[in-house]
Amino acid sequence: MTAASTVRSVIAYQTRDLIRSRWLVAYTLFFALTGEGLLRYGGGESKALLSLGSIVLFVVPLVTAVFGTVYVYNSRDYTELLLAQPVRRGRLYAGLYLGFTLPLCAAVIAGVAAPLLWHRDLVEARHVGAVVSLLGTAVAMTVVFGALAFLVATCVEDRLKALGTAVAIWLLASLLYDGVVLVATVILGDHAVERPLLLLTVANPIDLARVLLVLHSDTAALMGYTGAVFTRFFGTTAGSAAAIAALSLWAALPIAFGLRAFARKDF
Amino acid sequence: MIETRGLSKRFGALHVLQAVDLTIGRGRVTALVGPNGAGKTTLLKSVLGLTRPDAGIIVFDGHTLGDDESFRARIGYMPQAPRFPSNLTGAELYAMLRDLRGDARPADETLFESFDLGEQLDKPVRTLSGGTRQKINAALAFAFSPDLLILDEPTAGLDPVSSATLKDKVLADRHSGRTVIVTSHVMSDLEELADDVVFLADGRVCFAGPVWDLKRLTRQNNLERAVAELMRTRRAA
Repeated sequence: MTAASTVRSVIAYQTRDLIRSRWLVAYTLFFALTGEGLLRYGGGESKALLSLGSIVLFVVPLVTAVFGTVYVYNSRDYTELLLAQPVRRGRLYAGLYLGFTLPLCAAVIAGVAAPLLWHRDLVEARHVGAVVSLLGTAVAMTVVFGALAFLVATCVEDRLKALGTAVAIWLLASLLYDGVVLVATVILGDHAVERPLLLLTVANPIDLARVLLVLHSDTAALMGYTGAVFTRFFGTTAGSAAAIAALSLWAALPIAFGLRAFARKDF
Repeated sequence: MIETRGLSKRFGALHVLQAVDLTIGRGRVTALVGPNGAGKTTLLKSVLGLTRPDAGIIVFDGHTLGDDESFRARIGYMPQAPRFPSNLTGAELYAMLRDLRGDARPADETLFESFDLGEQLDKPVRTLSGGTRQKINAALAFAFSPDLLILDEPTAGLDPVSSATLKDKVLADRHSGRTVIVTSHVMSDLEELADDVVFLADGRVCFAGPVWDLKRLTRQNNLERAVAELMRTRRAA
């Protein structure tokens, strides 16, 4: 059996399982309804897109991390059954990860894009960049936090501990992080804050996504301190490229470590 | 069919398998018995490659098991009361395993028929009863005409009729030359099925041999009492 066909069939059946889950439908509806509400009452399309971006940055990492961890634990028996077939572990892991991530990406894209398509007369040409980066950010957050959830759930034997770890990672990246940045700028004062802050941004996938989102919106507000530093240091084009490169690394490393842990794990 | 030499496995401080040397005969049904936590499931999972032993080797039909996964095409595994993805149907699970295995081996769908699974196969597994899920679990393990069947508590949750159907199938497959390893806490089931017994306690093999030998040794005339006797004398020792 070839690598591609193993991965493909694991993805195919897992997608069937996931798209029938009420949970995934609710996830799609959440974004569709939020987007619809913001476009109607959000006070202008630019503002609505930015608000939707903030919601995506908040919700997608949390939901992906929690659902991903729970999913791996719930699939434990199923994984064992698949491991007892003549398949390689690495291929199975790739199939399980993609079979989780792809339906989730599809769900969030559908949910975000539906109201935008519905109100396409409102969305002007100048918003296209913002819309594309919004969708790209949603996909990137799903890919990164899905990889982190799979890594944590593979390495940590205890279900509750794994869930705790996944939530802690999210908490650190989405809430505590801003506090750390604030403290860092206060302590460092007028000294050379640019480089440390740049490092902090790269160390946080959610902040990278935020930078990417803001670089492509026509409002520079809500950029945050690190975003401003990032833009000043790189400029828009190079900034986007750097953020995308760093985000790719944030997906690639957990996937690689997860693969290694899965290959060595005792089931 | 299978030989283990010096198989050892630790989980933290727990020594689950301690230098297990075993030979599982071809074309025979071997019952793996022992108290809870004796290492039965770990031993089965080691043979399947789900658990990696710390030391020792497993020889399967003359080949030492390593990183090559192709030997698993010859094994049918029936795990202990597994949870399948809740929104998939039995038919989809079967199709998926067929996809993963390719069609190198002839299909054996007799259990699907004798369990009369029919339309149950088209319902999501979450809506099925525990017994029906266990029937699907059994049917999947036998479906690819494996040379070796590994059955972990196969009759758990089955009604007497289904349980008898499954045991008949095990005996029929043994008759056609297949090798079976089975664990169960239901000694009367093993009494019907087993040719050999392996008694495992605290990760060590305490007895391995034909059922008649165990009965003779313990001076008991049924398997349940013989195993109970073995556990008693072990505790006394």
